Amino acid sequence: MKPFIYISSLLLVFSFGFKQDDTKKYYSSTGDIHFFSHTEIEDIEADNHKVKTAFLPSTGAIQFSVLIKDFEFEKALMQEHFNENYMESTKYPKSTYSGEILDVKSINFDKDGTYTSKVKGNLTIKDVTKEIETVGTFKVKGDVVNAKASFNINPEDYNIEIPSMVSNKISRDIKITIDVDYK
Amino acid sequence: MRNFTLLLALLLAFPVFSQDLDLLEDDEPEEETPQYTFATFKTNRVINGHSVEMVAKREFDFKISHRFGFLNTGPYQFFGLDQATLRIGGDFGITDNINVGFGRSNVDKTYDGFVKWRFIRQQTGLKNIPVTVTAISHMGITTLKWPIPNRENYFTSRLHYTHQLLIARKFSESLSVQLSPTLVHKNLIDSSQYKNDIYALGIGLRQKITVRTSINLEYFYVFPGQVPDSRSDALSIGFDIETGGHIFQLFFTNASAPFEKGFITDTNGRWLNGDVRFGFNIARIFNF
Repeated sequence: MKPFIYISSLLLVFSFGFKQDDTKKYYSSTGDIHFFSHTEIEDIEADNHKVKTAFLPSTGAIQFSVLIKDFEFEKALMQEHFNENYMESTKYPKSTYSGEILDVKSINFDKDGTYTSKVKGNLTIKDVTKEIETVGTFKVKGDVVNAKASFNINPEDYNIEIPSMVSNKISRDIKITIDVDYK
Repeated sequence: MRNFTLLLALLLAFPVFSQDLDLLEDDEPEEETPQYTFATFKTNRVINGHSVEMVAKREFDFKISHRFGFLNTGPYQFFGLDQATLRIGGDFGITDNINVGFGRSNVDKTYDGFVKWRFIRQQTGLKNIPVTVTAISHMGITTLKWPIPNRENYFTSRLHYTHQLLIARKFSESLSVQLSPTLVHKNLIDSSQYKNDIYALGIGLRQKITVRTSINLEYFYVFPGQVPDSRSDALSIGFDIETGGHIFQLFFTNASAPFEKGFITDTNGRWLNGDVRFGFNIARIFNF
């Protein structure tokens, strides 16, 4: 009886610990997020090339973690105002997204190709959490999965105060574009 | 023993599940990069004097500094608004850490220029440095007609210099403090009983009220025995408003000259006598 228990428990350990499909994680710490605010007076845009993100092909769970300080603007003063006045990045250093790739089962990660899936989850900016649903494009090529998505947000939904003097320079419909190569 | 083995197996298997709870958790801690402290002050002036803030590379900060007359001149002078001293000038970023600036003031018809170099930045992360340190050297040229034209006058007599070390720390999101050891050199002085080299210590303080406004205090202490007794130390209290494109600094001060040598060593007004003037700086950044 005893050897049987040993063997079965070992099998149990192995089946959970090493079953590859369940634990495979796609990860990147160099994902790109771009935002674009268009008004008739001024276009404002910035890039973050240090986005940390991961997803599990087994469950479809997907997460993003973005350091606000890493958004790069063309104008240094804009970057300072973005951090200091709008995002208050010392107080709220990170924005996060945690959600699910809803049709993950329809993506074959072993076969090169382009797949689309709805992605649904919670976006947190300045401690305000809102649900965001969009469509992601997943391009499988060998070991790399390139994922692209975009959605629009209103900064005023996330506790970002826009003073009346610059009110017409900042869009209420800012486009966020995501482009990540997962490995 | 049997139960123990089963328990062990379950425990061993369990960590695999816990990974799902936060996919990014096990990738902490992040790699160490320098985290620079930014916006120690709203702009590159505390009130009269410079702060450690710099203009970024290829940016030009156009500045108009305006001071009215003393409030205690009463309604006849409309509480000082009938008089004005001003400087028009600007700061330019050669690099993010080296700035130059020029200006012209109507006080003694003075042209001034400076070179400013930030060589230590407050930061955490890779290194822990508690302060930002900036060196700044100003030169000024007075272009008034010679007061005594029939004596031998030298061009060098028109020159004066100010050298400062600005040491600032942002203690918290809202509170920043700056110490500014200062040396003013005047080539020509009123009398040999005063000094050509004048040592002073500046103290600046910034307390934010909201994300876009702050209260500033600035005091320049001139060590005794160097300037005439009629002179007093420059003390100013100000209010900064940042609107997005412009920065307005509104303040009360007893100093009149909008350049370093002038407000540090030539201030005549006394707060206790009501010799206080209203002033403002307007700054607008242009990109090249």
